[in-house]
Amino acid sequence: MKVMKTLAATTALTVAAGAVAAEDMANELTLVSWGGAYQASQNKAYVEPYLAMNPGLTVIWDESSAEAVAKLRAMDEAKNVTWDLVDAVASDSMRLCDEGLAEELDHNAVLAPAPDGTSATDDFGDLIVSDCFVPQIVYSTTFGYRTDMVGEEAPTSVCDIFDTTKYPGKRSLQKRPIDNVEWALYCDGVAKDEIYETLGTDEGVARAFAKLDTIKDDVVWWTAGAETPQLLADGEVVFGSTFNGRLFSAIAEQNQPIGMLWDMQSFDLDGWIMPANLPADRRARALDFLKFATDTQRLADQAAYISYGPARASSAPLVGKHAELGIDMAPHMPTDPDNSGNIHVYDYEWWADNRDDLNAKFEAWLAK
Amino acid sequence: MSDMTDTGPVLAADGTPLKRSLARALRRQKLRALMLIAPLLLFILISFILPVGDMLYRSVKNDIVSKTLPNTVVALESWDANSGDLPEEAVFAAMATDLKSAAAAKIHTKVGGRLNYENPGISSLFRKTGRKAKKFDLEAETVWKDELIKINKGWGDTDVWRTIQTYSSPITAGYFLNAIDMRVGPDGPEARPEEEQIYMKLLKRTLWMSMMITVSCILLAYPVAWILANLPARKANLLMILVLLPFWTSLLVRTSAWKILLQQQGVINDILVWLHIVPDDARLVIINNQFGTIVAMTHILLPFMILPMYSVMQTIPVSYLRAAKSLGATDWTAFWRVYFPQTIPGIGAGSILVFILAIGYYITPALVGGTKGTFISNQIAFHISTSLNWGLAAALGAILLAVVLVLYWAYDRIVGIDNVKLG
Repeated sequence: MKVMKTLAATTALTVAAGAVAAEDMANELTLVSWGGAYQASQNKAYVEPYLAMNPGLTVIWDESSAEAVAKLRAMDEAKNVTWDLVDAVASDSMRLCDEGLAEELDHNAVLAPAPDGTSATDDFGDLIVSDCFVPQIVYSTTFGYRTDMVGEEAPTSVCDIFDTTKYPGKRSLQKRPIDNVEWALYCDGVAKDEIYETLGTDEGVARAFAKLDTIKDDVVWWTAGAETPQLLADGEVVFGSTFNGRLFSAIAEQNQPIGMLWDMQSFDLDGWIMPANLPADRRARALDFLKFATDTQRLADQAAYISYGPARASSAPLVGKHAELGIDMAPHMPTDPDNSGNIHVYDYEWWADNRDDLNAKFEAWLAK
Repeated sequence: MSDMTDTGPVLAADGTPLKRSLARALRRQKLRALMLIAPLLLFILISFILPVGDMLYRSVKNDIVSKTLPNTVVALESWDANSGDLPEEAVFAAMATDLKSAAAAKIHTKVGGRLNYENPGISSLFRKTGRKAKKFDLEAETVWKDELIKINKGWGDTDVWRTIQTYSSPITAGYFLNAIDMRVGPDGPEARPEEEQIYMKLLKRTLWMSMMITVSCILLAYPVAWILANLPARKANLLMILVLLPFWTSLLVRTSAWKILLQQQGVINDILVWLHIVPDDARLVIINNQFGTIVAMTHILLPFMILPMYSVMQTIPVSYLRAAKSLGATDWTAFWRVYFPQTIPGIGAGSILVFILAIGYYITPALVGGTKGTFISNQIAFHISTSLNWGLAAALGAILLAVVLVLYWAYDRIVGIDNVKLG
């Protein structure tokens, strides 16, 4: 009850603040996102309420997040940035920040505090991985398996992926070194906290590829997030890695015989960045929307539409049921204690340095 | 006969020399023709030639290092990278000055990202040092060598300084070397270690598979075009729609359809298992490899082969074949000696179209090619949209463009480009 009151108060405040400065704000807001169910969840959780509060505003969606970094760079070179807020994964946001394409934000100044007064930086905590980045959700890349194709004993460890005698058949993995080399080293006996140290050496990289070699002939490599759910539904693969929200919709919404393997799920973040050097009126509008869209209630609302964990600590207790299916969402969140017993948090800084190098080696290994 | 006017210039009616008058008239005509095509010419120049040229220039452009770190580049000039010693204090002081102003302008991470392509780790070196660089006190008596190494021990690595020195000139061959699996080593260009060699392999594969696709297109399209050309117009038009229908369907839909057909639990395998031709536990692997790419791309590019062949075959009178036969030729001789040579311009046009389209394809190979069936264009797309290494993408693109031009030239020499007919 108290929470509700505080929320009502914050909403009223936001509305008031919005009304005061409305004339200085642009009447058009271009948001860039991923399309599909994820964009729909954003639309329902915060764009529709925001539009209701701001009649006369037009929101334009651009489903370009997959190419956001390249497109924003091209727009910047052409000196014609048409985007106001871009939804990007954490590693892309770091690149954009490095390139000077995204604006560095003072998180406490531009974002709403938690209802209990905790500052935004404390509420988001470590998830603010870059000065330009405002986290929205925590998602994970994890495995789904065909419950009817794994025999008596369902897999419980990520290392079952590498066990082709116990679980024969194909597996689908993302066509990039990130996550795959870490899982390979972990299953080759490297301690979790030594993975990046090991990968830093040539022998470590060779060791990871040697482990991946053991299943190379059984792997179907995917590039689009929708591929693994489809491959699993067709029975093409026994296991497959993909984003947990995709697996959730295959299991809960389409009733496919798929089970979740949460072991060593790889946590990642997705959030907003604002392009640098926006005109004042568009910048004001973008910041106003950003403050609203990333407050505690809005992030919790989003979880009613998709099984990604809200990035704010204060949102977690507010996560309720799925808006249409009516099932409890908490057990499907990657952040749920039952699911996050053994997780893998990847090192953004390490990958920012070594991504191109490892990618060349990975591609050469694939082509071998 | 020795009249003076005979040796003088021929005059036009108005008294000016005919040659000049003619040239003027021609010039006017040419100018008018140029005016007519000017809109198209300008459009192509602005929207095609200039951007392509700009992109190609990126394959050698490297002014970011000397622009961001001007003092360091000058100070580093005299340093001998092979001496094994770190550069002297003056270089470190210059770096501190450059970093401070670069960090203030927020461009230090950009140069870090550029150098990281050549030496992994430099990106975070610049990012981490940049955070402290804003507070550098350049007036104070600091030993910058110790200070920088204290902030990040990366500055104590001669390889870092070597990379900065190597890439300090505004023009670099580095991207092109990278694109042919080489790199700049301590003693000039050298081959990359084998586990990093990829682009030449991909280029060869791209050319080889594009050739296979072109040949399969010729074999499949020829009979179809022949039937189309020899049917009465009404039936031919109906069949033509069948040829064009896939042409109007989205590329992604067609590629996905091939996935459904070819995968191990797919339609083709299911039918083969049902007919007991293939055992259930040994279903054919016909997707996510080269075979899958060749099948899907042959289907997608087939209309580009059928259409020019059809339009050429339509113009060949049937009477030629009849004449050949009436003169005693067998069916085969009549076809091979009389009909086929006349269709070569159509085959040539179709082959050039299909081949050039094929070597630039990347969506279909990415979806059905697995690991062995992807093209060099997949790597170009990766460097454009994911790794942001546009210099390398431009170098790869330039090489691909050069290969196409060389092949085009060879085709012109062997077959002759005048022999190509699109209709």
